Amino acid sequence: MYPRAFDYLVPRTREEALEVLAERGSEVKVLAGGQSLIPMMKLRFASPTTLVDINRLPGLDAIDAVNGHVRIQALVRHNDIIRSDVVRAENHLMTSTAPWVADPLVRNRGTVCGSVAHHDPEGDWASVMLALGAEVVAESRDGGTRVIPIEDFLVDMFTTALEPTELLTEIRVPRYERGGGNYQKLERKVGDYATVGVATHLELDEAGVITKAGIALTSVYVRNLKVTEAEALLVGRAPSAELFGEAAAIAAAACDPTSDIRGSAEYKRNIVRVFTERSLAESASIAQGS
Amino acid sequence: MTTTEHAPKTSPEVCGVGHSRRRVEDDRFIQGGGNYLDDIELSGMLHMAIVRSPLAHAEILSIDTSQAEAVDGVVAVVTGDLLAQYDLAWMPTLSGDTQAVLATDKVRFQGQEVAAVIATDPYVARDAAELVFVDYEPLPPIVNPQQGLAPDAPIIRTDKEGKTDNIAYTWESGDAQATEAAFARAARVVTLETHYPRSHPSPLETCGVIADVDPITSQATIYMTSQAPHAHRTVFALVAGLPEQNIRIISPDIGGGFGNKVPVYPGYVIATAASLVIGKPVKWIETRTGNLSSTGFARDYHMKGELALDADGRILGLRVDMTSDQGAFYADAQPTKFRAGLFHIVTGSYDYPAAHVSATGVYTNKAPGGVSYRCSFRVTEASYLIERLVQNAAYEIGMDPAEFRMLNFIRPDQFPYRSPTGFVYDSGDYETALRLAMDMVGYEDLRREQEEARREGRLMGIGIASFTEVVGAGPSKDYDILGLKMFDSAELRIHPTGKGILKLGVKTQGQGHETTFAQIVAEELGIPAADIKVVEGDTDNTPYGLGTYGSRSTPTAGAATSVVSRKLREKARKIAAHLLEASEEDLEWEVGKFFVRGSPESSVTIQDCVFAAYTNFPEGMEGGFEDVDYYDPPNMTFPFGSYIVVVDLDPDTGVWKVRRMIAVDDCGVRINPMIVEGQIHGGLTEGFAMSSMQWITYDEDGNCIGSNFMDYLIPTAWETPRFELGETVTPSPHHPIGAKGVGESATVGSPAAYVNAVIDALAHLGVRNIDMPLLPDRVWETIRSHSGAEGEG
Ligand SMILES: Cc1cc2nc3c(=O)[nH]c(=O)nc-3n(C[C@H](O)[C@H](O)[C@H](O)COP(=O)(O)OP(=O)(O)OC[C@H]3O[C@@H](n4cnc5c(N)ncnc54)[C@H](O)[C@@H]3O)c2cc1C
Repeated sequence: MYPRAFDYLVPRTREEALEVLAERGSEVKVLAGGQSLIPMMKLRFASPTTLVDINRLPGLDAIDAVNGHVRIQALVRHNDIIRSDVVRAENHLMTSTAPWVADPLVRNRGTVCGSVAHHDPEGDWASVMLALGAEVVAESRDGGTRVIPIEDFLVDMFTTALEPTELLTEIRVPRYERGGGNYQKLERKVGDYATVGVATHLELDEAGVITKAGIALTSVYVRNLKVTEAEALLVGRAPSAELFGEAAAIAAAACDPTSDIRGSAEYKRNIVRVFTERSLAESASIAQGS
Repeated sequence: MTTTEHAPKTSPEVCGVGHSRRRVEDDRFIQGGGNYLDDIELSGMLHMAIVRSPLAHAEILSIDTSQAEAVDGVVAVVTGDLLAQYDLAWMPTLSGDTQAVLATDKVRFQGQEVAAVIATDPYVARDAAELVFVDYEPLPPIVNPQQGLAPDAPIIRTDKEGKTDNIAYTWESGDAQATEAAFARAARVVTLETHYPRSHPSPLETCGVIADVDPITSQATIYMTSQAPHAHRTVFALVAGLPEQNIRIISPDIGGGFGNKVPVYPGYVIATAASLVIGKPVKWIETRTGNLSSTGFARDYHMKGELALDADGRILGLRVDMTSDQGAFYADAQPTKFRAGLFHIVTGSYDYPAAHVSATGVYTNKAPGGVSYRCSFRVTEASYLIERLVQNAAYEIGMDPAEFRMLNFIRPDQFPYRSPTGFVYDSGDYETALRLAMDMVGYEDLRREQEEARREGRLMGIGIASFTEVVGAGPSKDYDILGLKMFDSAELRIHPTGKGILKLGVKTQGQGHETTFAQIVAEELGIPAADIKVVEGDTDNTPYGLGTYGSRSTPTAGAATSVVSRKLREKARKIAAHLLEASEEDLEWEVGKFFVRGSPESSVTIQDCVFAAYTNFPEGMEGGFEDVDYYDPPNMTFPFGSYIVVVDLDPDTGVWKVRRMIAVDDCGVRINPMIVEGQIHGGLTEGFAMSSMQWITYDEDGNCIGSNFMDYLIPTAWETPRFELGETVTPSPHHPIGAKGVGESATVGSPAAYVNAVIDALAHLGVRNIDMPLLPDRVWETIRSHSGAEGEG
């Protein structure tokens, strides 16, 4: 690997890290799992002059359920999600997604928060967080702590609401009682980014009526796409194949995939439809069983 | 599962042929103790980075190296003009064409070498490479042979005086007239047009070199990722004009070759020239993108095949017209007589009197190469075409594809069999292999299941490939590379204590030579394999040979090992007679010892004889215990097999999954069954990759898509199907131990099996072809374009 030259800083406390970010600002890149940043530096697509390695910061690797939400801190790796009892007990969509992210080696290093901070429209976690209605927590030396709804956080492809001086410290995912979620992904091989990814999340009331719905798509739009129109359609209705078919059609119409080596736009649109339908059915069946 | 039980002749301690001896090389590999090119550090060593063309086709107006030269630590910036002063701007390819070392006039493919930076540090070299500024005048790119053959196409090879077209070669094989006649008689003609896409061997270790030319002695020691070190030494002598005795090529541990490390690449030549001029060692390690976008690719054949059938479904003849996309330089490594390699094995496992193959190689603005990705000289393309064709022929006449093959197979009693394109197949029993595969998979039950599935609207398919390979190049009368005959060699020297060293002209890259070739010595001499060290890859210390590719090591160097061992056994016999005070004729050989016929208690071991060769040899005999053999094989060998793949296919997404993969291989006698199975596993995985996901393509501007591992896909253990292996053994009648070579069988044979399975799932819709790779979107589009049109199936 032959990137351009850079400074490498390893702060030992959060304060120290925020200090560096405040001082060096835009020339700095935070290094979390390095699974997106390092490949870009290797190819010299990105050449930050300073790397702030946050991997040695204490108190940033918790996954827990507190105050009505599941908290995923900045150093939680994709594989930690797979191994986490909390996630398994609390959140179906995240449980279903983690094994689809990258490959086992990348999952050992890459972080959920890093993926969201990176906001590659082909990344899986941003869709998941959109479907779940998560919140992102950012900290800086001078600005203190901000809690940002995920929809506001994800601004555009590779662009987020995070300031260069800010560290993303955690993501908060709302807890639920009667719900289910599921991720469907078409990839050409393990370790491939999604040709199409579909995240769905449903919550039901006692009567089995949908009270909350989340649908978000990966790799078929300039950013991860929350299909609000389809979500709205579902809320207040009872799950049915017909209803999910309608929602799937809305999702297929809402996306705007490009034709490339992974398939034509038409093909991807078809997959969005098929997967949305399948994913909603699966989420509903989980929710009904819970 | 085997059809033949064949117990090894030797004990596990001796570990001759037939023992699944553990790979001795793995001790160092799995402990990180290998010695690959990039592990080698020489004192004062400089580092080289290559500047590559971003454009596919462009005039070079100027190259400005001044800023790069000004970078601290940069020793030199090399351009084509500089090389031209040493007459090194161009070099020969292994197929007798020429290739630019560094572009001078124009660039002809994206990724072509334009300049090189030599610096004290690899980071500095790359920083400075970004500061070499090249002014290009873009020319229209040609990205496929159809464009290249168009009448008004721009000429790519303007360097070739008088060149007025983009044709790299034309070639034909077989009998055109007899084939015309066969087609005239045909009751039915079945046609298949298909593209075997460009793929790349992509060894995990990329190519590299350390050139170390001593300014005082002019000794050039060149460490190089080479599958053919001796041939490369000779090429270096010819290209660089260095006296051959002063060149020593050392090919250290190699992290995979698969054909990619057969050619001589510009990077090798530039580094050597730089070392010669600067007087210091120069290291060049290729980047992944450099490897995928500029070095020897494979395939890229556009093929049209036609089968003539009589009314009963017997094949009367085959006609093939093929256009190969050669890239900017014809850089295959083909024997002089065979411009499309051994593609004329395309007649396959079937018996018919007439065939004709015509081939046109076309220059395009794409990377040169055309090496064989684990395939003996274009046999993969050939095998794919015929196995796809026979499957389609069966559909057209409404016969089961297995039955169609059985009807047309060459029968065991027809061997040696002369094929209509001139090969003499040494041995085979195709029906037995296919039967075994069918039994293993439960063929009849699957066909019943398929009928039922179709009624229920489920899609599943069964694909067969009954391939015949041709490997072991080759007999000197027909086979050469740049005139060098394709024999190979073994030098065996047993030391006084009975332990010894075997030196070969070939070069292992993962095939396990250090393990298996010692087993051949063990088989022939009864000296334990563990007592034999195998040495390859250092031209100063091994006998001449043409290297390892085309599954040729066992057929050539393996045979040489056998023969040299036998020569030494005859010497041992003389010594034994001397020691036992008996006459040679009264001695019997039994693994590892001679005894006097009738009195087995008077015996001497091979080790006794070896010791005596140094300490107590008969008068008139030369001392020592060593010999060499240069083996010129009397014929090629023809491994074969039958593969059956079962797939389930999701019509809504086009996604298909392999349910079963049965591979019955017959590679003659298996020296080390475990290694053979490993080779087969690797090949079946590669076949799966090519059929399902792997290709290098180019957009209309000539941009290479597939120049990194995010775009060029290599399957992992997760998606690779489980393989079920079977075996038949039909020894090669002309190889000393009956072995045929197996390094490539599965890569050659399996792609058609996977693709046939997917086509079979859709055959009832009238689907007859989808070009590889069968990515889900292609399958889905095909289903869509055929739905509503229920064919006969
Ligand atoms: C072979 C391979 C396959 C992959 N496949 C997939 C896949 O299928 N699906 C998928 O979703 N992803 C995939 N990825 C990407 C992977 O998931 C990354 O781990 C993830 O995108 C980034 O997380 P990271 O921790 O590695 O971040 P890094 O690479 O360290 O950082 C990425 C970016 O986010 C910023 N950043 C990271 N953490 C913070 C923070 N706490 N605060 C502020 N900024 C921060 C960095 O500065 C940088 O700009 C793949 C990666 C590889 C190498």
